[in-house]
This record gives sequence, C-alpha cells and structure tokens, in this order.
Amino acid sequence: MQKASKFLLLYAVFYFLFLYAPIFLLPIFAFNDSAIISLPLSGITFDWFFLLWETEALHEALYNSVLIASIAAILSTILGIFAARAASRYSFPGKKGITGFLLLPIVLPEIIIGVALLVVMVQLGLSLSAWTVIIGHVLICTPFAIVIMSSAFKSFDVSLEEASQDLGVGKIGTFFRVILPMVTPGLISSFLIAFTISLDEFIIAFFLTGTDVTLPVYIWGQLRFPARLPSVMALGFLMVTLSLILLLIAEYFRRRSVKYTINESTLMAKNEETVF
Amino acid sequence: MPDLNQSARRGYVLISPPLMYSLVMLAAPLALVVLLSLWSQNYLELDRTFTLDNYIEATTEPLYQLLLGRSIIISGVVTVCTVILAYPIAYYVAMFGGKAKPLLLLLITIPFWTSYLIRIFLWKVILGYNGVINGSLMGLGIIEEPLTFILYNANAVVLTLAHAWAPFAILPIYVSLTKIDNSLLEAARDLGDNAFQRFIRVTLPLSMPGVIAATLVVFIPTVGDYVTPKLLGGTDGLMIANMIQVQFGKANNAPLGSALAILSMVTVGFISIGFVLLSRKLGKVKN
Repeated sequence: MQKASKFLLLYAVFYFLFLYAPIFLLPIFAFNDSAIISLPLSGITFDWFFLLWETEALHEALYNSVLIASIAAILSTILGIFAARAASRYSFPGKKGITGFLLLPIVLPEIIIGVALLVVMVQLGLSLSAWTVIIGHVLICTPFAIVIMSSAFKSFDVSLEEASQDLGVGKIGTFFRVILPMVTPGLISSFLIAFTISLDEFIIAFFLTGTDVTLPVYIWGQLRFPARLPSVMALGFLMVTLSLILLLIAEYFRRRSVKYTINESTLMAKNEETVF
Repeated sequence: MPDLNQSARRGYVLISPPLMYSLVMLAAPLALVVLLSLWSQNYLELDRTFTLDNYIEATTEPLYQLLLGRSIIISGVVTVCTVILAYPIAYYVAMFGGKAKPLLLLLITIPFWTSYLIRIFLWKVILGYNGVINGSLMGLGIIEEPLTFILYNANAVVLTLAHAWAPFAILPIYVSLTKIDNSLLEAARDLGDNAFQRFIRVTLPLSMPGVIAATLVVFIPTVGDYVTPKLLGGTDGLMIANMIQVQFGKANNAPLGSALAILSMVTVGFISIGFVLLSRKLGKVKN
C-alpha cells in the first residue's frame, strides 16, 4: 500500500468540508436565538423545537409522509424481491433489457415521472391522494430495492435451497422457510433505504399530493415565509438525526447479511474439507 | 438442455409483477404524455385533434429555447465540475483507503441522507446576502459590501447541484478504480513508467467506464432539476423543469408542458447517446 501524496490528502480534507458544510450549519441555526437565519449568532434556544411540537399542520404532513413511505417501502421491496430473484437465479431471453427497463427510474428526471402520472390521473378523472404519491414513489424506490436484494440473493448459497427441496419442502415453503429468513438483513436494508428515499422525495409528491401534503411539500411551503425558517432548521436537524440512525441500522443489517452468508459458506467449505 | 425452458419460464413468472408495474405505471403514462403533447389546449377544453403545434411552439419560442439551452449548459457544467471534483476523492478512497474504505464511503453518503430541500436551502443560507460567506468575509474585514454574484444566478445553481450530486459521481468512479488489476500498474512500473505516466496510461483509461457512468448519472437527472433553480437561480438561473411545472400549473397548458417534457427528454437522450458513442470511438482509437 502506497502513501497518498500530501496534496491528495489535503484535497480530500477540503472536499469533505465542502460535503459537510451545509450539514454543520443545521444545528447552529436550529438552536440560534434569532428569528433571522444569518450571522452573527445571538444565543441558544430550544423555542424552535417547541414551535414544531405545537404546529398541527406539520404533524399531519409527518403522518402522511410516514404512511406513504411505509407503504411505498413495503411494495417496492416486494417488487424488488421478485425482480432480484428472477435476475439472480434464472436466465431467460431479454433479461438484460427487462432489468435495464426496471432500473430506468434511477436516471429518469423525477419531474418526468411526476408529470407522467399526473397526466394519467387527470385524463382518467381520478383525484390525487396519498395513493398517487405512493404509486410514484414505488417507481423510484424499486430500482434501489432490486439492487440491494440482488446482492442479498447473490451471496445466498443455492445448495441450502436444494437441500430444503430434497427434504421434501415445496417451492413456496422453501422460499418462506429457508430463502427469506436468510436474506432478512437485505430485506430490512432495502425497506429502510426505500423508506428514506420516499420520506425525502419532493418533486413527485409536489405534483401528485393533492390534499394529503407530505413532509417535503410542507417544508417547501414553509420556505417562503422567513418567520418559519428557524423552525424549518430545527425540523431539518431532527430529520438529519433520524435518517442517520435509520442509515446506520440499514448499514448494520447490510454488513450482517454479507458477514452471515460468508460465515455460512466458509463453514461449509470447512465441513467439506473435513469430510473429504 | 431441458432445464433452460423451465428456468426461463420461472424467470418470466418472477419478473412479471415488477415488469407489469413498470409497464402500467411508467411506460403507459409516458406514452400518454406523448399523446397529450400532440393534442392542444383550448382554454378549458382539450382539443383531441393531432397537431404538431406544441412542438413548433416549444422549438421556436425564444423563451423555451433559452430555458432548454440553459438547462443543458448548466447541467453540462455541473456534470464536468462534479466528475472532475469527484475523481480525486474516488481515487483517494480506492487506492489509499485501506481498511477505512467502507467508513469513508459511508462518510461520503451521510450528508445526502438528509432532507434534499433543506440541504439546498442551506446553500442559500451560505451564499445569501446576509449569509455565512458574506457574514464571515465582512466580519474579517476582507470585503465591505456583501458579494452579490454568488446567489440568484447560474453560479449558485452550479455549485449547489455539484454538491447535491457528488456521491452519484464518486461511487461509479470508485467502483471502476477498485476493479483495476494491480499487476497492470506493476507491469507499467517495471517497464519504467513513473507515477504520472502510470496514471495517464493505465489508471485513467481503465477507469473511464466509471467516469462515463458518473457523467450520465449526473447529467440526465440534473437537466430536469426543479428545486435548485427555483430556490437559488433567481430569474437568470431558471431551468426547463420550472417552465414545465408552470405549464401544468398556472398556465394550465398540459399539452405544451408535455411537449416541453418530451423535447427535453429526447434532447438529453440524444446528447447522452452521442456522448457514449463518442467516448467509445475515442477509446478504440487509443487502443
């Protein structure tokens, strides 16, 4: 292993400062005792957090967002399981094209998805609701679920599945009793990532939300009123903390899933050594 | 192989739920957007006779030309900046990260799991008239008047987008760098190449797939960005997505909005395909 040149190291330090610059400001202004978001700072206060506690519209938006994110995360993880299982276990003509099409929303501008679904709803005369947002969010979360579940299925040892079937458990039984428990860490990680993406998504929700305002759409409305900004900072600070916790849990399970399967296979390899 | 058919059949059965979902919820709606763009809006009524008027208006009206052109230029600049700034970081993590690699990658992604809107807004706080930069510079006595060229223009949009899309550029480049076979670098060293030559002749060409992927992953979605130009762009920094939203909202001209959306998607698609073909051609010439 070579040592990085000093210049590269210095560059990395500055780059990380650039990445974290906005995030560092969040706690500063969330606790700053001034109604205006600017320097110099004046003092410490918890008022903005109390204000959040008293704002009914925010609670409603939060409830809508959590509901939408939970359903979108469950649905996209289920779709992700189907696609990932098909792609990692079976080969069929057109597999590459189909998976490419399923992953397309990763590069599609979100405004296009928002516009397309809005057009459908208007033309069919359907009213916008939390469900229209969920439909859009499932589209953008599924590619991530597919990627995560694919790596979970790839590290899964096929011989365990064969063993289960040799022991007389049917295909569906094997799926629920052997395969699913083995990929549970991947499952949790996929759910949490999809949940976080949906919780934070703005454009699609902005187009499709109707009266069930989501948290980002609510924040967007608040950004126009200078008086509301300090409590938006407080809200942002809470959200950063929460998503950090979720991310760390997701990361923990993802690592465990990798470690778990590796341990299993090394264990098997060792067993084989002793047998032969 | 009798297995193949069965395997293929099972694969199709399994892939059909997500495929059906994407066909019904994505492909069909996109097809409807194309259809709508060929209709026209008559005040409150939708005129369902086919016409290319929306496309003629979208391509000839100077305002739309300006917005689409600006979106592509801003995205292009954002992409170039983001990828060039990201490369050394990806290189650093891939080559010198050692055991800290997963931790460094996690550190790169953490800032991006925070509210997108608030993150963009915080740049406004940093760049604003009474913002962090102006406040600190004035406090230090370096400037007397707040700098105004840093907010409400295309510069602010470029800087903020380059920040917002950083991990999407770092990760693909990182992956392609880790795939490089170390023995190739050793061979180059044995043949007398110095560190700089090794980088130019071995590392850089072999990491091009990652650079190309990063370029596409940043360029395509940023053309359609709505929030950043709206919050930081002022009037000189507005982009095509803002106009698309206006057509579907206030202007109540969904057909024109659809035509603008399709036009931008097709333009971006052509530029991306052109870019991929060009980079392939260049790659072949070199080899």
